Amino acid sequence: MDILSNLAMGFGVALSPWTLMLAVIGCFIGTIVGALPGLGPSNGVALLIPISFSMGLDAISALVLLTSVYYGAMYGGRISSILLNIPGDEPAMMTTLDGYPMAKQGRAGDALVISGVASFVGAFLATIGLMLLAPLLSRVAYQFGPAEYFALYLLAFCTLGGIGSNNQAKSALAAVMGLGIAMIGLDKTTGMPRFTFGELHLMDGIDFLVAIVGLFAVSEVFFFIESHGKNSAIGVVLDKVRVPWRELKRTSGAMLRGTGIGFVAGILPGAGASLGSFLAYVAEASVAKDKKAFGKGEPRGVAAPEAGNNAAAGGALIPMLTLGVPGSGTTAVLLALLLTLNITPGPTLFTERPEVVWGLIASLLIANIVLLVMNVPMVKVFVKVLSVPSHVLLPGVTMVAFVGIYSLTGSAFDMQLMVAFGVLGYVCRKLDIPTVPIILGILLGNAMEDNLRRAMVLSNGDWVYLFSSPISIGLWIAAILGFLAPMFLRRFLKRPEAPQDAIED
Amino acid sequence: MTRFNLPALSLGALVALSAPAFATECIAPANPGGGWDFTCRQIGRILYEVGAVESPVQVTNMAGAGGGVAYTAVVSDRGDDADLIVAASSATTTRLAQNAFAGMTADQVRWLGAIGGDAGVIVVAADSPYQTLGDLVAAVQADPSSVAFAGGSAVGGYDHLKVLMLMSRAGFEDARSIRYIGLDGGADAITQTVGGFTQAMTGDISEIGGFIASGEVRALAVFAPERIEGYDIPTAQEQGIDLVAMNWRGLYVPHDISDDQFHAWADRLQQVADSEQWQQVMRDNGLAPYTLIGDDFQSWVNDNIAEIQEISRQIGIIQ
Repeated sequence: MDILSNLAMGFGVALSPWTLMLAVIGCFIGTIVGALPGLGPSNGVALLIPISFSMGLDAISALVLLTSVYYGAMYGGRISSILLNIPGDEPAMMTTLDGYPMAKQGRAGDALVISGVASFVGAFLATIGLMLLAPLLSRVAYQFGPAEYFALYLLAFCTLGGIGSNNQAKSALAAVMGLGIAMIGLDKTTGMPRFTFGELHLMDGIDFLVAIVGLFAVSEVFFFIESHGKNSAIGVVLDKVRVPWRELKRTSGAMLRGTGIGFVAGILPGAGASLGSFLAYVAEASVAKDKKAFGKGEPRGVAAPEAGNNAAAGGALIPMLTLGVPGSGTTAVLLALLLTLNITPGPTLFTERPEVVWGLIASLLIANIVLLVMNVPMVKVFVKVLSVPSHVLLPGVTMVAFVGIYSLTGSAFDMQLMVAFGVLGYVCRKLDIPTVPIILGILLGNAMEDNLRRAMVLSNGDWVYLFSSPISIGLWIAAILGFLAPMFLRRFLKRPEAPQDAIED
Repeated sequence: MTRFNLPALSLGALVALSAPAFATECIAPANPGGGWDFTCRQIGRILYEVGAVESPVQVTNMAGAGGGVAYTAVVSDRGDDADLIVAASSATTTRLAQNAFAGMTADQVRWLGAIGGDAGVIVVAADSPYQTLGDLVAAVQADPSSVAFAGGSAVGGYDHLKVLMLMSRAGFEDARSIRYIGLDGGADAITQTVGGFTQAMTGDISEIGGFIASGEVRALAVFAPERIEGYDIPTAQEQGIDLVAMNWRGLYVPHDISDDQFHAWADRLQQVADSEQWQQVMRDNGLAPYTLIGDDFQSWVNDNIAEIQEISRQIGIIQ
């Protein structure tokens, strides 16, 4: 039993008091970040990356902290969905549909417990799925040459662009902006500097952490300033929280179905948690006999999307770890972290750095249990946090962004660059242009271009080489379908508009 | 008057705060965790342990432009600082040779020495028809398009130069016809070679050792002066091609320090090279002995840069 012995090694790494403490802290921060409207998992993780570096954490500790934040944010998003009818993050959007009506009927406690348990089921099973499937996927590695990787990256862009936005043209625009930014710096295939204007700081290209913190955190600050930091007030009073066993039993089927759907959605590169929770809800509503109950405070309508979005969060780690292709915006940020830690995710990660992979998996399992405890019996603590006034929150976010980036790169140039990215992010959100494809472009643009040009070197310039293996042809077909399908599906599946202050996962 | 004095005073105070007197500073031109950071921390630690310096060496990370930011800072701001050492490796001289530091040249600092190196190695997939270095070189000479090389550095980087220097020393002149793809690190390059997308791969032995031991790839030659302990791999010289390509770990110092100060530093570095601690560090990290210190190293760097410039001109990286 390879998996069991590997897992034992993972627990050996993850069960030290220090990493356990980091997991608890990460879960706590993550839940708060998730619960606060506007701050989603990508912002939370992006903000904490520089902090974890300035704390001098080693690779495993940093990973444990940030994945705890990631999972925590997925749990936390539901709290404000249920109590305020404002999704804490985009994947929690579907939870508002039945969660808020339940709260208005005085069943807020029930809704929080059911969704908390559903989150646990989804995340826990997905982590086990990650354990079983990831090693299998990692063996596919040797089949991937430059042509196959190029098609894979294309697939990531197409599916994220297709699903992650309501407007294909805008996500394509954002992806192209990201690809353009990625071209800055030394060209790997010829060794020539491009778009550096003789500026030494640009020779290495744009640091994606600077771009991420700018686009997510700094633009968030601009957004808050513009809206005069609307205070979040708690609209629903929360009484005693009890465990509604009967409801839990009744919704268990919905949780399991949501988990399965969410997990598959998560594995698809670029789809992510929002799609997972969306599909889980739609599927649950369509198989139910009493369709009319949905949208009026039906517990299954809370359980299915919460299980779905947490399962997707686990599923999204699979392509990120095994292929180096992130399955969602947040995993894109985590990928940036791994690269900065000198860990190259990809086919060889499981054989070369097993302690990192299995330590991560073990800590995810631990984080889930911690989160279940935090989010069911202790949920009242987080409800309080929702009333933090924004004049306290905002300066904190700003300070962390600047101090963090400076401690990371030690360069004033990068801080100016970060503010520039903040302005870019603000303008993009004003124009309803999604920012995740920009990040994806910066993150994957170089790799995509390098692989295309490697393929051209290997084939002596013959473009047919790009379609010469079954794997690459399959990926091309999937990419085209992923980009085009939502245009036609949108007519049938009316997708609710995301509220303005929610960030994409 | 005061208007002019105030900024000068505060600047002086700042400098005094950031650089306490007498403490040696080692600049690692990269973020913590990389090879240059390693060089600074290990050499800095041993310098203090063997008593070559009086207080612990302070390591400053100054990342950017593949070492260019640190190089520029040393040349323009710290030109006569005798308490400063800077970590360097073959990548530093390669970039200087290719004019990648925005107009800076290698004669703007003094090259102190190299004390250990990661030996270059060339490998093929386990089922490859090429059994010796000679087989592979002959195949390229017969038809350059029949062999594609992979390496962990960009075109023009050290892994690419290893291929070009190998073929050049073997008498093959048409450098432009040699096919090479640069990947992100040795592990990626190995994967491409095991998967059959490329026919051979060059890298450093510390990053490839695990793959050689597991039998996934077969090493044809190491580019070291002698065989590497723990591996049964013939050197290129044994096989009739006079190539030594070590990714050396070493230091440079500012240009305007006195000759006495330079030689004092050379002595201190020699103490580190001779220490038991450094032998242990090399064993732990897969480095081979490769010691060139002081004036010997300076002239070796000059020759090395001339050769890299010649090859880079042939493949069109510099004019």
